[in-house]
Order: sequence, then C-alpha cells, then structure tokens
Amino acid sequence: MSDRVEILGIYDRGTQAAVCAGAILDQGLGDVVTYSPVPDHALDHALGVRVSPIRLFVLIGGLLGCATGFIFPIYTVLDWPLITGGKPLISIPPFVVIAFELMILFAALGGMAGFLLLSRLPRVRGRPAPDRRFTNNMTGVSVTCAPEQVAEVRACLERTGASEIREEAA
Amino acid sequence: MSFAKINDDILRTLRPPGAVYYVGLALTLAAFAVGTLAFLHQARTGMGVAGYEHPILWGIYITNFVFWVGIAHSGTLISAVLFLFRARWRTAVARAAEAMTVFAVLTAALFPIIHIGRPWFFYWLIPYPNERQLWVNFRSPLVWDLFAISTYLTVSVMFLYLGLMPDIAAARDKITDWRRHVYRVLSLGWLGTDRQWRHYMALYGFFAALATPLVVSVHSVVSWDFAMSILPGWHSTIFAPYFVAGAIFSGIAMVITLLVPMRRIFKLEHYITVHHFENLAKLMLMTSLIVSYAYAVEFFIAWYSGSPFEQGTFYDRMFGQYWAYSWMMFTCNVFVPLLLFSKAIRTNLRTLFIIAIFVNIGMWLERYVIIVSSLSHDFDPANWSGVYSPTWVEVAITIGAFGLFFTLFLLFVKNFPAISITEMKETMGRSAQADPASSWPDPV
Repeated sequence: MSDRVEILGIYDRGTQAAVCAGAILDQGLGDVVTYSPVPDHALDHALGVRVSPIRLFVLIGGLLGCATGFIFPIYTVLDWPLITGGKPLISIPPFVVIAFELMILFAALGGMAGFLLLSRLPRVRGRPAPDRRFTNNMTGVSVTCAPEQVAEVRACLERTGASEIREEAA
Repeated sequence: MSFAKINDDILRTLRPPGAVYYVGLALTLAAFAVGTLAFLHQARTGMGVAGYEHPILWGIYITNFVFWVGIAHSGTLISAVLFLFRARWRTAVARAAEAMTVFAVLTAALFPIIHIGRPWFFYWLIPYPNERQLWVNFRSPLVWDLFAISTYLTVSVMFLYLGLMPDIAAARDKITDWRRHVYRVLSLGWLGTDRQWRHYMALYGFFAALATPLVVSVHSVVSWDFAMSILPGWHSTIFAPYFVAGAIFSGIAMVITLLVPMRRIFKLEHYITVHHFENLAKLMLMTSLIVSYAYAVEFFIAWYSGSPFEQGTFYDRMFGQYWAYSWMMFTCNVFVPLLLFSKAIRTNLRTLFIIAIFVNIGMWLERYVIIVSSLSHDFDPANWSGVYSPTWVEVAITIGAFGLFFTLFLLFVKNFPAISITEMKETMGRSAQADPASSWPDPV
C-alpha cells in the first residue's frame, strides 16, 4: 500500500489547468497527469513539450516494409525462376510498386503499434477515468504527492481556479 | 458554444433517428439482398449468366471495382491532404468522408472476387507458393492491385479508428444503453491523458503524411491495370493522373450525395453548413476541369499519334456502338459541373445534390466507356461485332453493391459520431472555451 496521495483538480478551462500543472512541476510538489477532452497546447507547454518517439516506429516500419517489398519478390523469382513476358527475373521497376505499398503499410502499422505501446493502450484492466467529464468538457490535473505536500498542492489547485478537488490514496 | 454543447449535439446522432432513416436503411438492405441473391445465382450457375462475351471479358464488375476504388479517394483527400494543408473546414466533413472511404474500399474489394468466376478461390491472389511451388507474378498489375488495395484498406481503417478513439470514449462516457459496453471495448480504455494526446497527435500527423502519397499511388496502380496492356484506349501514359483526378472528382460527388441527407436526418445543419458544401463544390469543379482536360488530351494524343488503331478506337468511342454512353459521360462530367462556376448554384444544396448525382453517374459511365468500348474495338476487326450489354445478374449485383455501401454508411452514422467531436471542439470551441463570454464563432 503506497503512502502517496492522489489529488485531482477539475477545471472548466484548459488554460487554468495548465497554469496549475506548470506551477506544481516547477515547485516539485509531485507527479502530474492531465486529462483533457482535446489535445491542449497550453498543457503541453506546461508539462514540457517532448517530441513523441512514434516517428522512430514509423521510420523503422517504413524501412522494413521497403526492404521486404524488394527482398520478397526477388526471393520468389529466384526460388522458382520463370521468365514471363521476356523480362529479367529481377525486374526492379515493378517491384518498386510492391516496395512502395509495403513501405506505407509497415510504416502505418509500426506507427499504430508504437502509439498503442507508448500510450499504454489497450487498457484492459486498471482504473476507469477519474471523471467522465474529461471526455466531455472538463480538464483534470491529477497530482500524486507525498502526504506532507497535500496542503500545498490543494492550495495551488484552489488558487488556479479548480472547480472541484478530490483526494484519494494513490 | 461550449465543449459540452458540441459533445451533446454530435452524440445526439446516436439516439434513435426518425422514420426517414429506417426507410432508407430498409431500402439499402433490400438492394443488398437483391445483389446477394444474384451473386449466389452466379456462383451456382457460372459466369455464363454475366454478359461476358469475347472480346469483352471485363464488364461492369471491373467498372464497379474502379468506380468504388475511386469513390474511396476523396475520403483520404479530405482527411489527410486537407489536414496537411490545415484547411480547417474539413473538420465537419472529414469523418463521414473517412468512413465512406473504408466502406467504398470494402465494396470495391468484392468485385475482383465476384469477377473471377470461382470466388471460393479468391485466396489464390495472395502471394504464397502453390502446390508446384510457383509464386504469384509480381510483375502483374493485378498483384500490384492486391498490395495497393489491401494497404489502402488497412491504412484507411486505422486512420478512421485513430480519429474515432477519443470520440468513442466520449460516447462511452455519455451513452447509457447497451452500446456503452461496445464503446468501452472499442475505446481501448482511452483516458485523454497528456501522454495519450501527445502520441495521438504525432501519429495522426504521420497517418496523414503516409495516406497522402498512398492515395495517389492506389488509383495510379488501378489505372495501370489498363495502361500496362497494349490495348488502344488503355495504353496511355496519362492514365495515372487522369484516374487519380477522376477518383477524387467522383469521391467528392459521393461525399456530397451522402452528406446532404445525413445533415438533414441528424439535424446537423449547425455543424455542416452551406460553406462546407460550397468548398466541396469548388473541389468538385476543379477536379472536373482536370478530368475534362484529360479527356481532351486523350483524344488529342489519339489523333496526334498517327496510329490508326488509337484513332479508330477513339472515333468508335464517340460515334460507334457505345456513343450514347460516351456522350452521357461528357455531359455529366464535363458540362454539368460547369454550372458550379455560379455561386448561387454552389450554395443551393438541392441543385448541388442533383449535380453530384450526375457526376456519380458520369464517373461510373467513364469507367464503363474506358473498359467496354476499348475492349470492343481492339486490333482485330473480326472482333468488332461484339456488343456487350449487362445481364440482369450484373445489374442486380451492381445495385447490391450500392445497397451494401449505403447500408454500411447508414449503420456507421447511427452508431458512431458522424462528425469528429474532438476536432470540432478544437476548431469551433477553442475560442469560446478560452473566453466563455464570447459568442459562438461562425462555423469554419
């Protein structure tokens, strides 16, 4: 049983939530997770914008797809050499089409896999969203902190205009 | 206008719709049933029941295939290309266009299977060695098709699903009937945390960037099914751009055809405004001009080539046994869309809807003319007597395809948010959310 406490502040506006999240991180009061109905740039800035590593998944997927698109047809024509249409066995131009399509396919699949992995989805078990309104119109700032920081975190949430504050054991 | 209002308004489309919806659904289901019965009849009896006759061995099944792949293209144009260009107006129409893309590709993918005669062997297309260890021929455009179409279907489904994920979560948290269990599973446990949004936005951008060249490649590959042959009327270097422009043209016409009734049935006039339709009409006009130019170039090249076979085919196309189809095609695709130069017509949804129907018919006829008239007039004059006319089975299967497509679309808009809630909140609600005192901004 953890002795850390989770405090949830619910905001009408993302800008207020961003101010609160930034302040808590600046003061090192605890770990912050935000919930919002839309991607919010103010929250991104408050939490420190980091480039998503998804691009690596997409790049690796694309390179793998491109390589597969050339290697696979070349392997098949060498496996059972059969000249069709008087063309060379390894005819690169038609294989470019296969390579291009597989590059896109694998890049997209790689990106999707990366997204699910990095976003920790699908969440089969685990707690539901702390509040249903986060997919509707409210923004949430969830702060996990030590019990002695609770008062300060609450004060910050109140000061930045949280319309509701809840507290529970993390 | 607040986020909550946008949420409520769009999720309202998931409630029981009016009688018009059910009448529409019954009609489309009936059409699908007719097509299914005709297909079963063909599968049981053999391809003789289709009107295929030497030398016309590609008939309206391949016409339908190309038509439906074409329809699929505007979805990606609207959702991916316009996203990359930051055209904010796409928000209201992108979801319907994306869904349309997926259903059109699914419909298109059925036709090669219906066409091959023994549909239970469709898996022979998949590249694996047969019992003699012989692989598929990767130099064949038909195999390229398999790769292009299956990639397009997979990427379109993922693109649609990614966009839907936060909206399904919004539905999960709002809907109280049995569907909330389905939404819970489909939302994959989406919470809307900063981490999730960060990766979501990155992936959405990559999908748009990947889908844009993909959309160009797919109809280029489909056009090479024809252009790689040596048949006059098919063997042409302009086919790829010509087909891509035509695909987007027909796709936008279909988006308009779907959105006009959808907007009315689900009372979405506030979100899908005349301004959106006008922009779609402008895109339709522009692509119509490109297609018209391509027609002119085709005829010019046939004349300028000095090849009597090319010239004969194009003369036959205008004045031969299929002249009526060609002239109907020109009327629908070249002349009727010129009306869209008038703002009054572009902004009148009734006339716009009628023009879109004309374009749908015209683009179907374009494929029919390219396929059937070229095949009917090859190098050998002895072949020229063959006249292809679709049999009732082919017509019924064609009707069934429309039935399937519209059924899937109707079921989708009834059960999933037909407009992207997330993007609508982002574009329309942001200013109001930042300043609740501000009034509802004009829909963009």
